[in-house]
Amino acid sequence: MNITFNPMGFVEQLPRMGVGMLVIFVVIGLIILTTMLINWLFSK
Amino acid sequence: MEILYENLLKFQWQDIVMILLGCLLIFLAIKKEMEPSLLLPMGLGTILVNIPGSTALVGPIQELYNAGIANELFPLLLFIGIGAMIDFGPLLTNPKLMLFGAAAQFGIFFTLAMASVFFPDAKDAASIAIIGAADGPTSIAVANTLGSNYKGAITVAAYSYMALVPVIQPPVIKALTTKKERMIKMPYEQKSVSKTTRIMFPIIITVVASAIVPDATALIGFLMFGNLIRECGVLESLSQTAQNVLANLITIFLGISVAFNMVADKFLQVDTLLIMGLGLVAFIVDTAGGVLFAKLINVFSKKKINPMIGAAGISAFPMSGRIVHKMGLEEDPQNFLLMHSIGVNVSGQIASVIAGGIILSMFGG
Repeated sequence: MNITFNPMGFVEQLPRMGVGMLVIFVVIGLIILTTMLINWLFSK
Repeated sequence: MEILYENLLKFQWQDIVMILLGCLLIFLAIKKEMEPSLLLPMGLGTILVNIPGSTALVGPIQELYNAGIANELFPLLLFIGIGAMIDFGPLLTNPKLMLFGAAAQFGIFFTLAMASVFFPDAKDAASIAIIGAADGPTSIAVANTLGSNYKGAITVAAYSYMALVPVIQPPVIKALTTKKERMIKMPYEQKSVSKTTRIMFPIIITVVASAIVPDATALIGFLMFGNLIRECGVLESLSQTAQNVLANLITIFLGISVAFNMVADKFLQVDTLLIMGLGLVAFIVDTAGGVLFAKLINVFSKKKINPMIGAAGISAFPMSGRIVHKMGLEEDPQNFLLMHSIGVNVSGQIASVIAGGIILSMFGG
């Protein structure tokens, strides 16, 4: 059993939470833009 | 005569509990039809590895584990099947839906912070957080790459909650939306998507996602490979094989080899209960993240969207999309949300794989 109780662990991970969500939105944003572009280029 | 009871004397209460757990998994698979293709082999595997002196543990199950999970082969092969099952059409007609898939990954990062309170090893916390991907193969692949000590519990939590999505999501959605919001109708504009677009899409996603998050390359690459087989139009037989035979076979192997981690001394710990609790938190926060993001969009947008569709970004394809559609129909029998919710649902599949890659790049070094 390796359980501890360290409330500061939550605070310490907040920057990672922010960075993680930012990266995911950036990647998805790029995919959206690229998808719109290929939709426009190859639409009938 | 000793031979008759010699091994029986080796049974400890922990072995009995694990064997009962295996029976419970089999019961849930058969009686409740909860992810039967996975929970059934996992249940039998759990029984096999917890019999004292079992030749299954150090033998075929260990070999299967080393051959398919230790090197992440099974989750990746399963992704080929999943990719072949997914029709990205609804997403391609309205690519903006992908934003909800991104928002609904919030549960992963929130749970990462929560798990860090209890688990001092950051890799364990990250592996537990990825339960929020609501995607079994991603959870297994990430937990395995990070070398988590809790792979068995994480797998059980990920697949159990995926099967329990119809129970978990509706109360959260209802708590965060008004009846008026749930009744918002979203007309679906039927647009044709060219074959070239359908073929280009998996290739472009692979390149864009992998270029920015290289740790997601294998996960996203195999998922999109499956989709390319489906959409290319010249591999129909292979596409059908990937969707059915390959996916079923790999799921069986995956289930039985995951049982390698379901031995009593690894599984019967307080940690396991905590992981189950954190997994539930991840699913709830994922759902809330998607719904609240949709509500936020509505503040700025003239064209209102039904915030329930945000919940489908949780992945758990296709259950989550169907639940949102069903909830829309319960509020108004003319409220058809299926095409939107499925579009969001498949975007959740993409976003969860990318989130897995992000977690790996943060903690994999």
